[in-house]
Amino acid sequence: MSHDTTRRELLKGAAAVVTLAPGLTLIAPAAEAAPTAGANPASRWGLLIDTSKCDDGCTACVDACTAEMGLGGHGRPLTDAQYIRKVTVRDPKSGHTHSLPVMCQHCAKPPCVDVCPTGASMKRADGIVLVDRHICIGCRYCMMACPYKARSFAHEDQTGQKEHNPRGKGCVEACTLCAHRVDAGGQPACVEACASTGKAAMLFGDLNDPSSEIARRVAKEATTRIRADLGVDPAVRYQGI
Amino acid sequence: MKGLVLSALMGIAALAAVLVGPGPATAGDLSPAVPHAKGSQCVEDPAVMRRNHMDFLKHQRDETLRKGIRGAKHSLKDCVTCHVQNGKDGKPLPVNAEGQFCESCHSYAAVSIDCFQCHATVPGTEKTASR
Repeated sequence: MSHDTTRRELLKGAAAVVTLAPGLTLIAPAAEAAPTAGANPASRWGLLIDTSKCDDGCTACVDACTAEMGLGGHGRPLTDAQYIRKVTVRDPKSGHTHSLPVMCQHCAKPPCVDVCPTGASMKRADGIVLVDRHICIGCRYCMMACPYKARSFAHEDQTGQKEHNPRGKGCVEACTLCAHRVDAGGQPACVEACASTGKAAMLFGDLNDPSSEIARRVAKEATTRIRADLGVDPAVRYQGI
Repeated sequence: MKGLVLSALMGIAALAAVLVGPGPATAGDLSPAVPHAKGSQCVEDPAVMRRNHMDFLKHQRDETLRKGIRGAKHSLKDCVTCHVQNGKDGKPLPVNAEGQFCESCHSYAAVSIDCFQCHATVPGTEKTASR
């Protein structure tokens, strides 16, 4: 009994410390953990990509994604995981070409979620579309349903995963809009890399927050979405295509 | 004849004593040798953790992935951070390597661990850990 009392008092003391300094809890005993509120249903995270600033040869966003998410390939471009890719489009009449990054478009009505037989494909309250790899059975139905070819399949045993992006053989995976960074108040790795080493063609923000730069620009300037005719309401908008 | 049987029995007894070792001090010590953690106290009582850690982890993984709730106490990332051991070269050893925290007990209990087919077995670098 005395042991129990001691432990209880210890926890009470720990809780008091937390009230004073909530940032100082690394290896936290029971009562100290203060979890975040989670995805905010009032938000809709999205991207605005200005393709006129996107250089043909630049792969800063793709490289940053590969490093951030630990996507070491096997030298097989057709089947290696790819969360973001550069696409070059050409107008056959004028011959004008330009390059743009394409990743998961984080649709408001995601076809991948509609078709998933297990509920592994899911959309968070803040609009980020994810694969719950705990229950993904690797059927790849979502890969066929996705109009943007945004998802990849891990064909082989994986090693050296990043702790914020667990990934393994037999599961489908895709861009998470760097949910781990967004939840910590940051922005996706591709956007950061584009701003630092590219030409700052990508803008990340909350489309539902009228005071955010992305919402103001979307309200003011002409933007397009790839295959808007499908009615899936993507959160990634483009300018210049 | 009786003497022969008696000596044979004594021989078996002596052999048994050698095999078992020096008495009851080690007889109850068959539990796995689990490396010590870095922290002073686990997020739950060790007895509770031994029995329920899988349920804690399974509950929290859904909260984290599906609802985006981060920083709660039953985090696999925190388990690894606290329980990882450094090798002779100073680099962290995977927690599912032989003799390490997760593996030593799971091997003893003959239960396979599926976590580390996907999850990182060593803590992240400073840069990723701060996020």
